[in-house]
Amino acid sequence: MVAASGKSLTQLAVRHLRRRRSALLAFVAISTMTVAALLTPLLPLERPDRTQTDLAYSAPTIPTGFWVAGLSDDDVSLQKLWPWDRGMIHLRQAIFGDNVLPPLMGRDGLGRCLMSRLLWGARMSLAVGFFAAAVSLLIGVTYGAVSGYVGGRVDNAMMRAVDIFYGIPFIFVVIFLITVLKGRAAGAEDVAGLNSFVFFVVVALIYWLTMARVVRGQVVSLREHEFVTAAQSLGATTVEILWRHIRPNLISIVIVYLTLTIPRVMLFEAFLSFLGLGVEAPDVSWGVLIREAFDVLNPVQVLWWLVFWPSLFLAVTLSCLNHLGDCMRDAFDPRTVT
Amino acid sequence: MIAFLTRRLVWVVLTLWIVFTISFVLMRSVPGTPWQDERNLPPEVEAELREQYRLEISFENYWSVLGDCLSGDLGPSYRLLDFRVAEIIAQGLPKSALLGVVALAFAVLIGVTAGAVAAARRGHFLDTLLMSGANLGISLPNFVIAGVLVVIVCFRWQLLPPAGWGGLRELLLPAFCLGAPFAASIARLTRTGVLEVLSQDYIRTAHAKGVHPRVVVSRHALRLALLPVVSFLGPATAGILTGSLVIERIFAIPGIGSHFVQAALSRDYTLSMGVVLLYTLLVSLMNLFVDISYRVLDPRVRAW
Repeated sequence: MVAASGKSLTQLAVRHLRRRRSALLAFVAISTMTVAALLTPLLPLERPDRTQTDLAYSAPTIPTGFWVAGLSDDDVSLQKLWPWDRGMIHLRQAIFGDNVLPPLMGRDGLGRCLMSRLLWGARMSLAVGFFAAAVSLLIGVTYGAVSGYVGGRVDNAMMRAVDIFYGIPFIFVVIFLITVLKGRAAGAEDVAGLNSFVFFVVVALIYWLTMARVVRGQVVSLREHEFVTAAQSLGATTVEILWRHIRPNLISIVIVYLTLTIPRVMLFEAFLSFLGLGVEAPDVSWGVLIREAFDVLNPVQVLWWLVFWPSLFLAVTLSCLNHLGDCMRDAFDPRTVT
Repeated sequence: MIAFLTRRLVWVVLTLWIVFTISFVLMRSVPGTPWQDERNLPPEVEAELREQYRLEISFENYWSVLGDCLSGDLGPSYRLLDFRVAEIIAQGLPKSALLGVVALAFAVLIGVTAGAVAAARRGHFLDTLLMSGANLGISLPNFVIAGVLVVIVCFRWQLLPPAGWGGLRELLLPAFCLGAPFAASIARLTRTGVLEVLSQDYIRTAHAKGVHPRVVVSRHALRLALLPVVSFLGPATAGILTGSLVIERIFAIPGIGSHFVQAALSRDYTLSMGVVLLYTLLVSLMNLFVDISYRVLDPRVRAW
C-alpha cells in the first residue's frame, strides 16, 4: 500500500497554475512589463520630455539605421530624479554614450519620442497600481480581520459602515478630495511630487472595501476552528491570534484579490488622468498619454499611433493582470482543484 | 414588505445625508473662492461675498444649506450666468439618462447573450473566443474603446459622426462604448451562473423529458442564472454614471456628467453639490430596486 502524500493547498495551487499556459503567459508578460518599467532609465531612449517641434507628429517608421545620435541628459534636470534612477542613467551613458533608439512608435505634438514616454509612463501607472493596491490591502485586511474576529455589535456596525460606503458613488467625492488637496498643495515647494503623492493616497483610500468584506467573511469562518480555541486556551492575546494563526490562512485569498485590485486601481488612475485630475506634467502615465492623444484627435490627419500604443500597453497589462487573478482564484478554490 | 421598504428608504436618506456632509466640508476646505480667476476683489467685498454665499464652514451655514437642499432648492449656479442648478440638471439629465439607459440595455443584451452562448458551448472554440473578448472588455477603460472606435468607425469608414447630440446615429457609438465594459462583466457572470445551474437536478430532469437543449438553457437555466446579473445592476449603474463623465466629454454630449468635472474644478459649489446628491440618489434607488427584484425573481428569498 502506498501512503497518500499530502499536499498543501498552496502547492496544489502552484501546480494548477503552472499547467495553465495562459496564466503562465500572463505572468511572464506582467513581469516583463514591470522589469522594463523599473529599468527604463537604463534603456537607450530619448528623454521623455525632450521637445523637438520640427519633428512633431512624425509617424512611426521602419528605421533605416539602428542608432540615432541623441542629446545627452544635462545634469540639472537629473537632480530631480531619485538617486537610483540617476545612477542607472549614468550607467546608460557609460554604455551607450549619446546613442538612442529611433522613435519606433512615432512622436507626439511636441516631437517627443512616444516610445520613451510610454516606458516612463509605465513606471507611473504601475507604481500607482502596486502602491495603492498595497495600501488598500493594509486597510482592508486590518479592518476585515478586526471586524470578523471581534464579531457581535462591533462587527455589525463596521460592516454597516462598509455597506454605506458601497452606496456612495465615490468618484465624485474623490474628485472633490483631489481638488481640495491639490489646492492645498499649490503653495508647497515640490508641487508635482506632492500632487502625485496626494493622488496615490486618495486612490488607495477607496479600494479597501471589497478586501475588507472578503477578509471578514474568511475570518468569521476561521474563528470557529479548533486551532483558534486551542490558542485561546493557551492564553494567546487577540493580536497574537490574528497575526500568528489567522493571517497565514488569509494569504491565498488576499493574494487573489490583490491581483484583481491592481488592474482596477490602474484603470482608475487612467480614468482620473484622462479627466485631468490625476498624474500631472512633467510626470507621464498611460492615462495622460491617452488624453493627449484625444486632444489632437481629428479626422483630417488621423494620428492613430498616439491612441494605439498607449491603449495597447494598457490593454495588455490590465487583461494579463485580470486573467492571472482569475486563474489564481480558480487555483486556490478547493472545489476546482483536484 | 412595508417594513423592508421603510428600512431601506431610511438607509437611502442616511447615505444622502453622509454624502451631503462630506461634500459640504470638502468643498469649503478648498482655498479660494468661486470668483478667484477674476480681478482680485477687495478683501472686504470678498468677506461679504463669502458671508452671502455661505462659504465658511460653520454649523449655521451647514443647517441653512441643508435646509435649502431639503426644500428642493439647490440654488443658483455660482459660475454659469443666469442658471439655477435645477435648470441645468433639468436640461442635462434627460440626455444623460437616455445615454445611460441605452448603454445599460446594450450591456445586458450583449452580455446575457454572449454569456449564455459561451456556457452552452463550454470548452469549445466559441466559448474561448467570447470569454477572451469579455476579459479584454473588462480590462479596457471605456475611453480606450471610444478612441479606437472613433478612429476606425468615424474617421476611416465614416459611418457615424464622432461627436454631437440629436439623433440615433449620434447615440449609438457613445452608448456602446459606455456599455461595453459592463457587457463584458455581465457575460462572465451569466456564463458562471448558467454553468452552475446546468449541473442541478431539475435541469437533468428537463433534459430527460426531452426538452430541446436550447430551450433548457433559455427557459429553465437562465432565470436562476440571471440572479448574479441582477445584483450586478446596482454597481453597474454607479459605473455607468462614472463612465458618462468621460464619454460625455469625448463625444461632446451636453449631459450633466460633463458639467460635473467642470463644476468641481471651478468651485461651483451649488452645481457640484446638486449633481453629487442626484447621482447618490440614483445609485441608492437602483440598489433598492435590485434588492426588490431579487426577491421577486428568486422564490427562495422571500423574507421581506
